[in-house]
Amino acid sequence: MSNEETLLASDLPLSEPQREILRTLIGSIIPASRDYGAPGADDPLIFKDILVTARSYTDMFEAGLEDIDQQAIRDHDGVGFAALSETDRRAMAEHLSRTLNPFLRTLVSITAQCYYRDDRVMQTLGMEPRPPFPKGFTIEEGDWTLLEPVRRRGKLYRDVDG
Amino acid sequence: MSNDPVDILIIGAGASGAALAWTLAETRMRIVCLEQGDWLNPAEYPSAGKDWESRQYSDFSISPNQRKRITDYPVNDQDSPISVANFNGVGGSTILYAGHYPRFHPSDFRVKTLDNVADDWPLDYTDLEPYYAENDKMMGVSGLAGDPAYPPKPAVMPPLPLGKSGQVLGKGFNAMGWHWWPSDSAIASTTYDGRDKCANLGACTVGCAQGAKASSDITYWPHAIRAGVEVRTRCRVREISVNENDMASGVTYYDVDGNEHFQAAEVVVLACNGVGTPRILLNSVSNRFPNGLANRNGLVGKNLMFHPYASIQGIFDQPLDGYMGPGNCIWSQQFYETDRSRDFVRGFTYEITRGRGPVATALTGMFSGRIPWGEEHHQRYRELFNQITGMVAICEDLPEPHNTVSLDPELKDSDGIPAPKITYKLSDNSRRMLDYAVDRGVEILEAAGATDVMTEAPIAVGGWHLMGTTRMGVDPEHSVVNEWGRSHDVRNLFVVDGSIFVTSAGVNPTRTIQALSLYIGDTMKKRLTTLFD
Repeated sequence: MSNEETLLASDLPLSEPQREILRTLIGSIIPASRDYGAPGADDPLIFKDILVTARSYTDMFEAGLEDIDQQAIRDHDGVGFAALSETDRRAMAEHLSRTLNPFLRTLVSITAQCYYRDDRVMQTLGMEPRPPFPKGFTIEEGDWTLLEPVRRRGKLYRDVDG
Repeated sequence: MSNDPVDILIIGAGASGAALAWTLAETRMRIVCLEQGDWLNPAEYPSAGKDWESRQYSDFSISPNQRKRITDYPVNDQDSPISVANFNGVGGSTILYAGHYPRFHPSDFRVKTLDNVADDWPLDYTDLEPYYAENDKMMGVSGLAGDPAYPPKPAVMPPLPLGKSGQVLGKGFNAMGWHWWPSDSAIASTTYDGRDKCANLGACTVGCAQGAKASSDITYWPHAIRAGVEVRTRCRVREISVNENDMASGVTYYDVDGNEHFQAAEVVVLACNGVGTPRILLNSVSNRFPNGLANRNGLVGKNLMFHPYASIQGIFDQPLDGYMGPGNCIWSQQFYETDRSRDFVRGFTYEITRGRGPVATALTGMFSGRIPWGEEHHQRYRELFNQITGMVAICEDLPEPHNTVSLDPELKDSDGIPAPKITYKLSDNSRRMLDYAVDRGVEILEAAGATDVMTEAPIAVGGWHLMGTTRMGVDPEHSVVNEWGRSHDVRNLFVVDGSIFVTSAGVNPTRTIQALSLYIGDTMKKRLTTLFD
């Protein structure tokens, strides 16, 4: 059993080939970073989160991924998107990023939503991997003497009488 | 649940319905509030989970069309550049509002006299002042006394912290020589009336799990219920009935199982916001009111006002508050009043939006082309993360009869009740005001040290404020309700929400909606023996 089969419930959306296109695509959007020690969006845990979140957009995803795959096949002598060379995949991703259609906007949104709530990603940003509530955060009070120029200028509101 | 006749029937448990129920409770009349939504459980608010930002796109979206809860009704806003934002439940849209809580100004009630536009209100700031004060105590308002943009007003609690973002932008305003002040906020900065103080969750607009934000489910309603008011949830009103004397006799509503009920009432009060209220009136068709209840002059649903919003956000090369802290921070009313040297009348408020969360940062950057796909994503993202702050400009919208709420001929809610349709065109005055606000906002951000500025005007999803569709006035030919909220046509029918606004001012409306509701309630109490005369 592969890692993916271990991770994915049987009722996840999309066919296996479509999932492979999706995995490749989101890995092109946010790849892993050695410099920042950050996983890519195609990390198994994040990918599963994306698949689950995308459930309510299954029709849109099926059509959008099929379009991208057909585009790759047309432009690269029958080679589908997931099988493109790294150079060709990067070039195609660059093109897609400049022509965001409704599917790609939704995909980017879901990818960002799932990626930036992953514990490991939050930690690379210096965040504690936790929800805001109940601990909350600390905000510095700030320097209220900054208001002195405003006080000196005096009344601003408009009189209505006379 | 009994449908025995009640004295006062309030439709809607949001900002205005809660305030009215509370103030009328002391009369010992039998008061029932019908609310189509549920009680919310703060423990289930998004900020209690790491997916809190994602839920802004699903069950806690500001758009009923995206949220699609069974308790929502759809809104056809395809014919409007600004889409409707609301929430349905006990607390209404205060569940999701930011808690920005300005008062109107004295001039806002006199725009015809002062600027020869729209109409004066049939009451003024001094009429509302004691009700503002009463409401401030009930909701719990944080702020700093002495704002030169307002007549003197007390602060119930200390202001929310300036933080890094407020300091940076305060310096920017100072560099321009322009007004700014800590925002009045319906957020507790200290423990208050059983509520805990703000914990800087950074998630005010998806419901406050801390209970620091003053949504009316945790402010007015507990007091009103203890005083004897009954709230019935999952009760969706279809229409108001009238008798042969043009008096409201009660309402027909559907319960959670879709069963139809009739609730008789001596007085019916609409508190459903500037879209929901005209929707019910227009759905209440009878032989005596063939064009909708209280609509003999045809004004129900007309003069819809939003506040067109501009967003001006700067990227700085220093850490700011980012995902932490309440969104509310400081405001500026430097450009609030009419200045004849400009090419528009009336004005706007800048409200500083402190920062944004990690997901919002990514989407802002990726959709604006500032964060690319691929390996550079990470470095460019970190140049924006916790380094964005800026403002929105909330522009006064003037009433125009062609901006309307009507009934969609096809769209219906889950109970089969016709849904509202919005027809709205941004006026030339609003367009010019937005452009001016963007230009001045860019100057402020650059003076504050922004290295890059992002703008959007109008904010397409920014229809938070719904006003004007059953306007108040003394003349029955030119208004739907009188100067104390009573329908000109139906003498036991009242409206207490933002529908009755004559003009919109350039500030968030909730504080004024609630003060007006208290004012109307107090007037009703004083006139109990002559209420229908």
